[in-house]
Amino acid sequence: MDLPRLEINRRTALLTSAAIAANVINPMRAFAQETPRKGGVFNVHYGAEQRQLNPSIQASTGVYIIGGKIQENLVDLDANGQPVGVLAESWEATPDGKTVTFKLRKGVTWHDGKPFTSDDVAFTAMNMWKKILNYGSTLQLFLTAVDTPDPQTAIFRYERPMPLSLLLRALPDLGYVSAKHLYESGDIRQNPTNLAPVGTGPFKFVKYERGQYIIADRNADYWRPNAPYLDRIVWKVITDRAAAAAQMEAGELHYSPFSGLTISDMARLGKDKRFIVSTKGNEGNARTNTIEFNFRRKELSDIRVRRAIAHAINVPFFIDNFLGDFAKLGTGPIPSTSTDFYPGPNTPQYPYDKAKAIALLDEAGFKASGGNRFSLKLLPAPWGEDISLWSTFIQQSLGEVGIQVDIVRNDGGGFLKQVYDEHAFDLATGWHQYRNDPAVSTTVWYRSGQPKGAPWTNQWGWEDKTVDGTIDNALTELDPAKRKALYAQFVKEVNTELPVWMPIEQIFVTVITAKARNHSNTPRWGSTSWHDLWLTA
Amino acid sequence: MRILSLAGRRLAASIPTLFLILIGVFLLLQLAPGDTVDALMAQMGGGDAATAKQLREFYGLDLSVPAQLANYLWRLVRLDLGFSSIYGKPVATVILERLPPTILLMTASLSFAFFFGLVFGVIAARGVNRWPDTMISTLGLIFYATPSFWFGLMAIVVFSVYLQWLPPGGFEDIGRVQTGIWRVLDIAAHLVLPTLTLGLIFLAIYLRIMRASMLEVLNLDFVRTARAKGLDETHVITRHVLRNALLPMVTLIGLQAGTMLGGSVVVESVFSLPGLGRLAYESVVQRDLNTLLGIVFVSALLVITVNFVVDLLYARLDPRIAAEG
Repeated sequence: MDLPRLEINRRTALLTSAAIAANVINPMRAFAQETPRKGGVFNVHYGAEQRQLNPSIQASTGVYIIGGKIQENLVDLDANGQPVGVLAESWEATPDGKTVTFKLRKGVTWHDGKPFTSDDVAFTAMNMWKKILNYGSTLQLFLTAVDTPDPQTAIFRYERPMPLSLLLRALPDLGYVSAKHLYESGDIRQNPTNLAPVGTGPFKFVKYERGQYIIADRNADYWRPNAPYLDRIVWKVITDRAAAAAQMEAGELHYSPFSGLTISDMARLGKDKRFIVSTKGNEGNARTNTIEFNFRRKELSDIRVRRAIAHAINVPFFIDNFLGDFAKLGTGPIPSTSTDFYPGPNTPQYPYDKAKAIALLDEAGFKASGGNRFSLKLLPAPWGEDISLWSTFIQQSLGEVGIQVDIVRNDGGGFLKQVYDEHAFDLATGWHQYRNDPAVSTTVWYRSGQPKGAPWTNQWGWEDKTVDGTIDNALTELDPAKRKALYAQFVKEVNTELPVWMPIEQIFVTVITAKARNHSNTPRWGSTSWHDLWLTA
Repeated sequence: MRILSLAGRRLAASIPTLFLILIGVFLLLQLAPGDTVDALMAQMGGGDAATAKQLREFYGLDLSVPAQLANYLWRLVRLDLGFSSIYGKPVATVILERLPPTILLMTASLSFAFFFGLVFGVIAARGVNRWPDTMISTLGLIFYATPSFWFGLMAIVVFSVYLQWLPPGGFEDIGRVQTGIWRVLDIAAHLVLPTLTLGLIFLAIYLRIMRASMLEVLNLDFVRTARAKGLDETHVITRHVLRNALLPMVTLIGLQAGTMLGGSVVVESVFSLPGLGRLAYESVVQRDLNTLLGIVFVSALLVITVNFVVDLLYARLDPRIAAEG
């Protein structure tokens, strides 16, 4: 270990003297060769406050962006998107897939000084992941017990086979560990620790002033040597996107995650040398724009009408003119960033073809009378300005083939209630957020038998036994190659039936100061612990 | 004494009004699709039906609407505003935390508007239909017509991004721990831009009212008498006209003090201030019924108190009100 370090030191020394010489001519050149600098405060844009900060009981980027620095997961993803141990050092599954053993890291302590052990993992898995955590409760449905033969070993026992690759892809998001000694008494949801989290991570929670800011400081006893570099992270609550962009420019913010600014501001700051605007580091948070069809409308239950609607919309034109570089043409529910499952573009697609759309509608028997064939109610989700633009584009495109669209706008709660519970929609459009494995986030959009009211699930009044079968087989298939083939089969089937159309693929956009180093280096960087992040002087 | 009993009777009459307002808001929110669990699901990015059911029980939403309303009113009678579902704290605490920034911002911008509205109103009235009047009236109209979010953003761009004179947002500097006078100065610096943004809109209103009321009083007989007895114009304006012209201004500030707690959602959002306006907005979006009703309750109390004080003030200013009653 000594040799490479010596070499780095010598190289750094050489380059530093070169950099000093170069600085006289061009100070920017000093950027290319650096040793990490300790210290500094990193200011983060926090757009929407959550009700609590513990990622063991709530899986959402709004929680990870804070809780993910304070608490840690068993496993995270490395630069290539492959699972890498954090609190777990190694793992092993039995051939029947019903037992997964994690060996845990030694010498890790909670911020309050107590040691981290397998008891914490067992407690969190059984009481939080399985019972409370959204998506986690589905993932761990068949988890029966977690055995702890010694403090460094946690054995997960499943009733049905659990594919190791699925578990490892899900755990970066759904595998944050909480301290048993802080949660074992009382109601977990009401535990005050949820708003003053205690973890094993590189930053210690300091203060949360609701509506204003959250502060976390460097954890001097962190288990990774020499980490973290930053002294402090401050999350500033700024709800107005334009104001956040102004604060970036004024130097009051270093980082705005997850497309937190307006599309026009992101494009503008992208041309400014002080900032880096990129989709890099968000590959694990891909999403697709949807059109969701309600089969309770007889027109929409006709496959020719659904296909006609898809053919009637010029998606490339929309992307070029409204979303720019931050989006691309989608090919189905599994986005192209998912290297392990993306089936390629050779599944049924519906390119823009107005004549075909008109022909399909005529063939289905919906003739235009006075230019109007029928009317549809479109509910756009309020998550982002792209959805709002997209819904207007749908309205105008369908108007051209004789389908009148009325847009009904709602806030978040209203949208979910009306679409997924009351089914009071004809068309709905929002985001399908892909979470690294189709079984975690995607198949629930298509599998029949979803309970009424569960958001982002199949509430279309559509059921297909073949698709259900493919989904179920893939869920318990242990061979990774066979799983991939089954999901390719699944995409082909749902692109043929088209209960939901997912024609646009987007990755969240990061806006970050050019002074930051070691940023955006993993597929879910915004959610990770930032133990290696540093700022230049 | 007569006025006191009159005002007292009005105070008693306002209690049923208060309950009607609260029941109205409660029922209105029931009409909005979705509840606080739907809003939470939207925030979490998904969850299964079992989780949703657990959460509904946790927030007490599994009860029927009349039962929820009855629960709420019964708590209110015992002066308990309930528990906020987004903040996980008692509503009274949440509102108390948000009060100082709201009151500071509103007092600052109302005083700014009142003072400069008065000065410019007088100047405009004295030079009526000449260039000072035209200029002031036009400016006033522009301030009134410009949306405040645009004003705020432009102020940030100019004073924080380019000139870097003032902080672009927030209530105080988080980077340093400050005490005493430094903290006061820091908060003051943070409030300059929001105060101006909000104050300029109020300013336009005060300016117009002041100008109109000055013009009206200037034409009255006693002004002519004052001039006839040889007073110079400054004395006429300050001693005689101003005092009488101020009455509508006082009425207006009394009315606006009542709406003070509502804050300003737009200005608070643009400048990231932790005020009551944003709290109310968030409670609606998150369907946090208790917090919203709490804000409505506190605002209504304030309006009732201000009205009571104004009733008493009128009697003092104009003895005829007390006599005729």
